[in-house]
Amino acid sequence: MNDLIRQSAATLATAIARKEVSSEEVTHAHLDRISEVDERVHAFLFVDPDASIARAREVDQQIAKGELSSPLAGVPIALKDLLATKGVPTTCGSRILEGWRPPYNATIVDKLHAAGVVSLGKTNMDEFAMGSSTEHSGYGPTHNPWDLERIPGGSGGGSAAAVASFESPLAIGTDTGGSIRQPAAVTGTVGVKPTYGGVSRYGIVALASSLDQAGPCARDVMDTALLHSVIAGHDPRDSTSINAPVPDFVAAALKADVRGMKIGVIKELQGEGFQSGVLERFNQSLEILTELGAEIVEVSCPHFQYALGAYYLILPSEASSNLARFDGMRFGIRVDDGKNRSVEQVMGATREKGFGAEVKRRIMLGTYALSSGYYDAYYGQAQRIRTLITRDFEAAFSKVDVLVSPTSPITAFKIGEKLDDPLAMYLNDIATIPVNLAGNCAMSLPIGLASEDGLPVGLQIIAPAMADSLLYQVGSALESALVDRWGGLLISEAPSL
Amino acid sequence: MTTEYNAVIAEFDPIIGLETHIELGTNSKMFCSCSAQFGGEPNTFVCPVCLGMPGSMPVVNRVAVESTIRMGLALNCSIVPWCRFARKNYFYPDMPKNYQISQYDEPLCINGYLDVTVATEEGPQIFRVEIERVHMEEDTGKLLHAGGAGRIHGATHSLVDYNRAGIPLIEVVTKPILGTGVLAPEVAKAYVAELRDLMRALGVSDVRMEEGSLRCDVNVSLSRPGEEWGTRTETKNVNSLRSVERAVRTEMLRQADRLRSGERIIQETRHFNEETGDTTSGRSKEQAEDYRYFPEPDLVPIAPSEAWIEQLRGTLPEIPSVRRARLQLDWGITDFDMQSLVNAGALELIVASIDAGVQPAAARKWWTGELTRVANERNCELEELSVTANDIAEIEKLISAGELTDKMARSVFEGLLDGEGSVSHIVSKRGLVVVNDDASLIAAINVALADAPDVAEKIQGGKIAAAGSIVGAVMKATQGQADAAKVRTLLLEQLGVTE
Repeated sequence: MNDLIRQSAATLATAIARKEVSSEEVTHAHLDRISEVDERVHAFLFVDPDASIARAREVDQQIAKGELSSPLAGVPIALKDLLATKGVPTTCGSRILEGWRPPYNATIVDKLHAAGVVSLGKTNMDEFAMGSSTEHSGYGPTHNPWDLERIPGGSGGGSAAAVASFESPLAIGTDTGGSIRQPAAVTGTVGVKPTYGGVSRYGIVALASSLDQAGPCARDVMDTALLHSVIAGHDPRDSTSINAPVPDFVAAALKADVRGMKIGVIKELQGEGFQSGVLERFNQSLEILTELGAEIVEVSCPHFQYALGAYYLILPSEASSNLARFDGMRFGIRVDDGKNRSVEQVMGATREKGFGAEVKRRIMLGTYALSSGYYDAYYGQAQRIRTLITRDFEAAFSKVDVLVSPTSPITAFKIGEKLDDPLAMYLNDIATIPVNLAGNCAMSLPIGLASEDGLPVGLQIIAPAMADSLLYQVGSALESALVDRWGGLLISEAPSL
Repeated sequence: MTTEYNAVIAEFDPIIGLETHIELGTNSKMFCSCSAQFGGEPNTFVCPVCLGMPGSMPVVNRVAVESTIRMGLALNCSIVPWCRFARKNYFYPDMPKNYQISQYDEPLCINGYLDVTVATEEGPQIFRVEIERVHMEEDTGKLLHAGGAGRIHGATHSLVDYNRAGIPLIEVVTKPILGTGVLAPEVAKAYVAELRDLMRALGVSDVRMEEGSLRCDVNVSLSRPGEEWGTRTETKNVNSLRSVERAVRTEMLRQADRLRSGERIIQETRHFNEETGDTTSGRSKEQAEDYRYFPEPDLVPIAPSEAWIEQLRGTLPEIPSVRRARLQLDWGITDFDMQSLVNAGALELIVASIDAGVQPAAARKWWTGELTRVANERNCELEELSVTANDIAEIEKLISAGELTDKMARSVFEGLLDGEGSVSHIVSKRGLVVVNDDASLIAAINVALADAPDVAEKIQGGKIAAAGSIVGAVMKATQGQADAAKVRTLLLEQLGVTE
């Protein structure tokens, strides 16, 4: 098999299962690609080639003995660096966790291991997943493979860039307000935020527990469906995980049919603030969906205008508490000048040095919002908005099967361009945040390049909670129509690096 | 009671309130499967969850929830149909996550009561203590300050043991307890004792106070009759029944002192000093931490079904007050005697001794007599003495077999209390053997009779009561190792007298 790095995960898995190629060869090819391009892309924070190769050999042996029959056995993957990996550095993109090797694996990591998926390493991210550009990583930014001077989105810019630059066919991301979908949109890849509780959060370092959800990143819809199938399911160690059978996402992707479906366009998520090239591609996709037999309906979600405000109260509140444990006492760095300081002084100095500006900003916001006397006005009010947004979705889904919007209002911007303007940065997630607040599911898939800058544009499909299969059914229908037009995936248009 | 205390009561009404934390006796911790047993090598009963490792998540211990519901039912509380955990945020190195998972405005059990009985000169008096709430939370780790006097001040460094982190606790909070007057300290003590007995009866906790498994925060305020309630203070971490009583009394005296000299009471937490019984100022209301409570997003709400609650109600044992009434009837003792043995902390020990085979009267005699005297002398609780129910059973067996006299039994207790070993070991070590052979006893009797010739005549003349002095002399001669009853029989035989 030629050009292993440009194959889909599904193709690789089939070839490995048929022993046309070994997992070792596939893994090797991707490690070579990483050493060739990652100096420029900086998608990875940690790679251990020997360990990956050793694991690939093990998987090859298991396959040879017929012990592994998972649909992704032998395929390499990149893991966002906030998944706890036993004995493997896990930094969450923060200096405060430098040198921490967790004593345990996240449930997802165990599931991937059991399925014979081979880890290539850990990917870069905005510190503790706070950001939309990966510029807030404590270890330097990741670069967008489409244009190395531009951001790859965030917080999961490393995972998206690894997939977009052919360093890995698959990656795991996490999405608290768009951290899988927005990077997918700006790198021309596919990313799915599953229904809240659909994938275990155990071992995923929490940003905002009530919003966080891990999900698949890949270059096409089928690969995300395959990966989603491997990581989904109830976990007794995560009380918030859904205890219900996992739907057949692969079958839904194979169905690829929107005939007779009602697809809602959210009135509030277009127009002002959305780049014209983004809207152009979005409207074109609506035409394609109509051609494919869907009916496009406009729906209104009047409370979405408050989503960003509610999100930036709930997220910092939960984050301020979740991040309290990073105090230099038990793991990560400890700042102590040896002058017999008090524990408060050591904790303070450690957090001062270990956390970046964005993390501190959000911890302060959250601490304030939860303070006695302010709780009702801020956190309490934000929770009420959350309920209203959930009701907006319920009302919309009583009229339509799925909703669509542009994933991100703009294409990838230049590194450094918005660093001094947090509010402008926050606006990147205006279309993705409502989904996290309501806990339902969404996918971003590439729908073309914006005419004004030639950069990828993503379309977001939103489905009701537990109806993740619809994302795959609609996403693959639209994707195959687009691939027919383009004669291949959009990502093949990307510079070869 | 001191005149000073009586003067306080003459001028002020006390209002008390108690928040009691008790470790549940579950096998595993509140939110993970680590062992919840006491002790162990430091940091051996730990895992990513109770160490607060990044990414780890809590899962609620079902048995802990059941224990809390059962406790709530036994305290006559309503069990809410739906409740949540909340995070209590503050930084402290004994708390792995720098927040404690607790319950805040949505506790599991609300609005109950517990009747407690206090002995007074006019007989037992019952007080109804209203319960505000019962909720669940996790314990913290334990800090050990090294290189100083064991206290944080002057320490060069501190060590943390997280074995205790995550042990399930329940917190029982009373409503303000009014109208206790002079009995406020006794009511506080009796309430905590009753709570402890209830926990034990339910089997939800052993309540080992010496291991710190019960901790009390004691709220006290004073007001002059007819005036508004006074400002309260909260004395934290009071760890024994005696200390609860002392803390209430000390705080009443201290507050009265301030109020009389025209000063205000500051709303603050106070520390209790076990050695002196004093309280010292802690944190004032102004300095109080803002815990930034919010619903724990890593856990789902608890919604106990009616069926579950009823099933748990079916498992409730006889509650201690009912059981006490039954035992009192069985033993045929007065209210006063019952109340004194309860106050002495002897009830469970007596029951355990009876279960071990001791006659009820004998069990009461030892625990409320000799052993209570020793406990008072040593300023400790009866259950802290190194005498067990089985020891009493063993001693009583020897007594009824005629191998030990009451007097010798006291010597065995002495040995047990001084940690000399087992009953049989002490008996042989101390050479406690009843002089039983008739020949030596008769010899001793004859010596005694020779020393007091007039006594023999008296006895033979019908004054059998006079035999006592001869028996006494024989007992003295045998250093108490003879069976007095037997000596008496032999004496009368010798003199040819029948009763």
